[in-house]
Amino acid sequence: MPATKTADPQQLRHIAAEIRKSVVTSLAEAGSGHLGGSLGLSDIFTALYFSALSHQPDNPTWPGRDRLILSIGHVAPVLYATLAHAGYFPVEELTTLRKLGSRLQGHPGRDHGLPGIELSAGSLGQGLSVAVGMALAAKLDNKSHRIYTIHGDGELQEGSIWESAMAASHHNLDNLIAIVDRNGVQIDGFTEDVMKLEPLGAKWESFGWRVLHCDGNNMEHLLETLSRASESINKPTVIIAKTVMGKGIRDIEGDYRWHGKVPTKEQVPGFLEQIDSGQ
Amino acid sequence: MQQLSDYRNRGSKPTKTGFGEGLLEAGTRDHRVICLGADITTSVGCNFFAEAFPKRFISLGIAEQNCIGVAAGLALEGKIPVFSTYGVFAALRAADQIRVSVCYNDLHVVIGGAHAGVSVGPDGATHQALEDIAMMRVLPGMTVLSPCDATQAKLATVAAIEQCRGPVYIRFGREAMPDFTTTEMGVEPGKSQLLLAGKDLTIIATGHLVWEALEAAKILEQEGIGARVINMHTIKPVDADAIILAAKETGYIITAEEHQVTGGLGSAVAEVVVQNFPVPMKMIGMPDHFGESGEPRQLMKKYGLTAECIAEAGRRKK
Ligand SMILES: [Mg+2]
Repeated sequence: MPATKTADPQQLRHIAAEIRKSVVTSLAEAGSGHLGGSLGLSDIFTALYFSALSHQPDNPTWPGRDRLILSIGHVAPVLYATLAHAGYFPVEELTTLRKLGSRLQGHPGRDHGLPGIELSAGSLGQGLSVAVGMALAAKLDNKSHRIYTIHGDGELQEGSIWESAMAASHHNLDNLIAIVDRNGVQIDGFTEDVMKLEPLGAKWESFGWRVLHCDGNNMEHLLETLSRASESINKPTVIIAKTVMGKGIRDIEGDYRWHGKVPTKEQVPGFLEQIDSGQ
Repeated sequence: MQQLSDYRNRGSKPTKTGFGEGLLEAGTRDHRVICLGADITTSVGCNFFAEAFPKRFISLGIAEQNCIGVAAGLALEGKIPVFSTYGVFAALRAADQIRVSVCYNDLHVVIGGAHAGVSVGPDGATHQALEDIAMMRVLPGMTVLSPCDATQAKLATVAAIEQCRGPVYIRFGREAMPDFTTTEMGVEPGKSQLLLAGKDLTIIATGHLVWEALEAAKILEQEGIGARVINMHTIKPVDADAIILAAKETGYIITAEEHQVTGGLGSAVAEVVVQNFPVPMKMIGMPDHFGESGEPRQLMKKYGLTAECIAEAGRRKK
């Protein structure tokens, strides 16, 4: 059965808020993990799984599905929350995050059998290469599904990203859409202080990619950009999505110290309230 | 049981060529086989396949980390990717990609490691793979193959593609080396081959040094020492039964490999011996040292990787 989808931004914002709340509660329960990036990506994941992607939650390995490769495994909480709300597994299971025996590993692990996980990943810089392999396979087999990837901006400092960027354009992989979470921060601070990435769009362009920019926390803008990305021009596409780390919770928005931090159980009610009131 | 005189060199040939022939054969039978190229297509034996199946040969340039990731993506989509490059670059440069994208995802990807050992010769230390077995055999789920000659390399490559499941690393060399096994002998991954049934001591060898082990057995035979010779073409999973039997029946085991003396075949055999039936061992391999330029034979002699060195270790039993 196809996924429940909508093109209504207001409805999608409501779903994104529910996903954010699940991210907060599951991380507080886990006691460790990455809150900031997971919240910043919640709108993107919502736009993908509730609008752009062709997929079937009750048939996760449906051959015709669009594939989503999460290259930055540390934001697994937003992937898990999205998959649960989309119907891949019960939302209650989110509270098992990072616990012994859980299908919700700290970084996604296919070996634990969680439906909807395309790749076990967590070592940065590898997801785009795998996506190139999947996109090549689709071309060889004349299949029309797309491969989407999610990257951090700090992750782009890995050299292997640029090896795969080169390969994707060399092989004209117009079925590949990479999304960069451009929140401008990484563990040690601002990306431009740690290791400069700008001019980032020009870098991708010079590697032979179509570059689209968007506000990754604006639902209308996201839907429009994802729709433009799916118009083929014989090139791979990268969407540089500007996001705010910690988006949705005023107290932590933009604070890079929340990259690898989780809320205490006492903080949870306040955080959930801020998510609700911010919609 | 075979006699020493049954093993003769039918003509020297690189194991790389056997790999290339095996890839071609498996690729002819199964259209899911895809070969990835990292610029050195001919020197790693992939030229036969690339010429026969240009649509299934994907050029990815000098970018080994990406090649491994692409292989993982192809395998996730049901293809059987084969990626071959020099062993140093496959097993070490792309080690993290092999660990996470391939092994942790438990994908059937066949990785060819060329230029195994010092017998690469004049290219020198940077291109002589001497640590690849150690790197690959610690990875969960990885099968490690190390065929002894061109005939066996072909069979092992077909087996790697068609019989093995999960990730496979297969190493081979560049120099023409004696081709002495037969197609009839076959190759069953995980099952070693008893080449000679001596009772005084056992030589367990892999790759090019299997021929040297047979030559060593010849020398020892003239001195009244009967050597058992085992061809350990699969280093992981290692054939524990054959090792334990050798320990029990001969009481002394020599291992011989063109690889660092730590972490490779010798270590794999010792792990079985010490936990099951401890007997004295002597490990022959690269003595914790980088290689250098020189003719293959000169280098093997300098670093103690010849029949004479193996025989010397055998004499020590007395
Ligand atoms: Mg970032």
